[in-house]
Amino acid sequence: MINEAKIKIENLNLFIGNNHILKDINVKIPEKKLTVILGPSGCGKTTLLKSLNRLTDLYPEIKIQGKIFNGDEDILHPKTEITELRKKMGLLAQTPYPLPMNIYDNITYGLRISGRRKKRFLNKRVEYYLRQVSLWDEVKDRLKDPASALSIGQQQRLCLARGLSVDPDILLADEPTSALDPISSREIEELFVKLKQRYTIVMVTHILRQAKRVADYVIFMYLGEIIEHGPAEQIFEHPKNALTKSYIQGTYS
Amino acid sequence: MRTLVLTNFKLRRNLREKLSTFWMKCCYVLVLAMPFVLLTGLLIKSSLLFGEKSLTELIFSSEWKPMSGKFGFLPFIISSLWVTFISVIIAAPICLLTAIYLTQYARRVVLKIMQPVIDILAGIPSVIYGVWGIIIIVPFVSKVAGWFNVHSSGYSILAGAVVLAVMIIPFILNILIEVYRTIPIELSEASLSLGATKWETIKKVLTRKAFPGIISSFGLGVSRAFGETIAVLMVVGNVVHIPTGVFQAGYPLPALIANNYGEMLSIPMYDSALMLAALILFIMVTIFNMGSRYIIIHYEKKI
Amino acid sequence: MNRQLLKKSEELFYRVLMIISTAIIIIALLAIIISILVKGLPSLSWSMITQIPKGGYYFGKEGGILNAIIGSLYLSGGATLLALGVSLPLALYMNVHKLKQKNVVNIIRFFLDLLWGVPSIVYGAFGFTLMVLLGLRTSLLAGILTVTLFIIPIMVRSMDEVLKTVPRGLLESAFSLGSTRSETAFRVMLRQCIPGIITAILLAFGRAIGDAAAVLFTAGYTDYIPTSLSQPTATLPLSVFFQLSSPIPEVQNRAYASAVVLTVIVLIISIASRGFSIKYQKNRIK
Repeated sequence: MINEAKIKIENLNLFIGNNHILKDINVKIPEKKLTVILGPSGCGKTTLLKSLNRLTDLYPEIKIQGKIFNGDEDILHPKTEITELRKKMGLLAQTPYPLPMNIYDNITYGLRISGRRKKRFLNKRVEYYLRQVSLWDEVKDRLKDPASALSIGQQQRLCLARGLSVDPDILLADEPTSALDPISSREIEELFVKLKQRYTIVMVTHILRQAKRVADYVIFMYLGEIIEHGPAEQIFEHPKNALTKSYIQGTYS
Repeated sequence: MRTLVLTNFKLRRNLREKLSTFWMKCCYVLVLAMPFVLLTGLLIKSSLLFGEKSLTELIFSSEWKPMSGKFGFLPFIISSLWVTFISVIIAAPICLLTAIYLTQYARRVVLKIMQPVIDILAGIPSVIYGVWGIIIIVPFVSKVAGWFNVHSSGYSILAGAVVLAVMIIPFILNILIEVYRTIPIELSEASLSLGATKWETIKKVLTRKAFPGIISSFGLGVSRAFGETIAVLMVVGNVVHIPTGVFQAGYPLPALIANNYGEMLSIPMYDSALMLAALILFIMVTIFNMGSRYIIIHYEKKI
Repeated sequence: MNRQLLKKSEELFYRVLMIISTAIIIIALLAIIISILVKGLPSLSWSMITQIPKGGYYFGKEGGILNAIIGSLYLSGGATLLALGVSLPLALYMNVHKLKQKNVVNIIRFFLDLLWGVPSIVYGAFGFTLMVLLGLRTSLLAGILTVTLFIIPIMVRSMDEVLKTVPRGLLESAFSLGSTRSETAFRVMLRQCIPGIITAILLAFGRAIGDAAAVLFTAGYTDYIPTSLSQPTATLPLSVFFQLSSPIPEVQNRAYASAVVLTVIVLIISIASRGFSIKYQKNRIK
């Protein structure tokens, strides 16, 4: 039913100041599946996602306990080489943040900082990844334009391509469609369905219909706790917990 | 081969990261150490004078005869206080009224015009202010003194204060605009919907809310004005005495340092006295500076 | 009814005062610029800005203030470059490396504000003491070092104000691609804020070129254009100041003309920095 677990979270607790944001999180995220973290806004979904590649380091007052394993490496261990680790996890944020450079450099940035400099190699990669996100035909004639000139939907796809460019095996997506129009949202969703053959994808969303369309595995959270998790059919068709049930039936959102 | 190149690259990347972080830390330490270095330097140099005379004697005596070893700072301190406070008294109402006008009444166009005006005013070098003071303000003050039947060359406390007032206007005004701009719009909406007029709202609600900010902007103005050197020096007259009227000449602390430093190196005591002047300046300015910042941080939450 | 009228007239009264205050500020600026131009333009000539002082210049004979113009540019340029080497790394350090330690950042900001408030004459006196201590003489180098100290807080704080506004998401994106902190700082943050950084540099340069008190004892004064760091140098503010204190009318008029030159340079810097902040927003995300 589940492939091998890609990420294992053990006894994760997270505090911001005195607020207990994540409570005793224990869950395994399956490899090469699309896992959706589902739940009402403000329940700690995004925080959970950001602790996966330790972006929580950027915020003052966050205290974090527990273990998160990617393979057998503990992400939260202070000695872990975090830059290398982050490279293995692409991030797609709520709103697209293209780097302040042109389209071409947005894709090559990650490659350049890890030492790939050959022009021919970079050209090939840019085309490859832009094709992956079906953006190539739209931008191939203006690769030197600033990325901020693209439409917001295109920017989000560019950010996805940029994330893929460093060859991650995990993709983290934080409500990746919430700033987009319905058509662009659809495109991103379709890309995700295509990409989950090859990547382990973790996506945060509070849109139930979206979760139903794309999820293989579902983690349902409420007020900082995992209420229930399991394969999509099971959660959507036969939820065990009453809270999950009422959320799935749309009693609250 | 490929792995070798990559390892090499990794090493260099690591080194680059370490070096740049190291340099950043150096800059950080430099800035943290700077005030202490300044303070220590000035203290050491002025300690020579402290060895001979008590601080109260130095500050409260008005006899300034460096050649015979008499160093009374009172005339300079009094002059500095006169010039500084008169300039803030002139600048304060102008800034307050303009800030209210620009944030509450004026159309956006006016603010768009005023922003460069304020910026340019802030950027004009102090020597230019001094030249302007000599061309316009000094003759004008001389004439005004005539109306009061006082004879004055125009090179006076008042001339220094007027020039200084114009210099600190952009500084105070920028802070005040920021203060009024950050007051949430809901506050005026609440007051207006209780039936208050716009002016009542500004007077009784906004300005009350802005009060700590206003006070601290004036305090920062004082600290800025206190240390201004060249412009004041050019118009204030530079006569050593305790001024008793605004049309008299004065001799503020910065002017004392500027006029005598370097030439008086040969007399160690004189050198030390001028360093003490710099020290007094440093301390006064820092007290006003920090005090004002404390007010805005501490009291803003309480209103 | 009467109360209403009273209220209305009070508001009107204050509104008139407000408009007067605003007008005073505009008039003051115009008065400064116009009076400098009126007094200075008649004596401003081509030879004044292309020649160095010749024999008898200070008695009204031939020559110009090229020594001061070039000296000022050297001095402010050098100081701005040095200050940039400290300010940019520090501003980035505060906004990238120390993101998590709010206290550290607040302490640096506090110290910078303190240093910003210290009058330039104090830096001048301190610089002079340091110079004597190190056995240096009044020179371009001593002037540059003093002015550098004096503009660092201005530069760091203005850069900090810009870097502060960068959205957290951009940093997260950069980190997620495996950037180290310095790479994020210099490759992403810096590019994102180029217009603001240039504005900060120009602001500091303007301060450096306009300040007289810090260089009064440290840079010295000379009629020649310095050819090395150890030579003294003339500066524009001081050339205005010294010529103005001359009793000879021709020399005084040249002081006004020098004031025009200085004003024009400062105005150009001010306009350029505005231009930059508007023009260079191409790569910037909102």
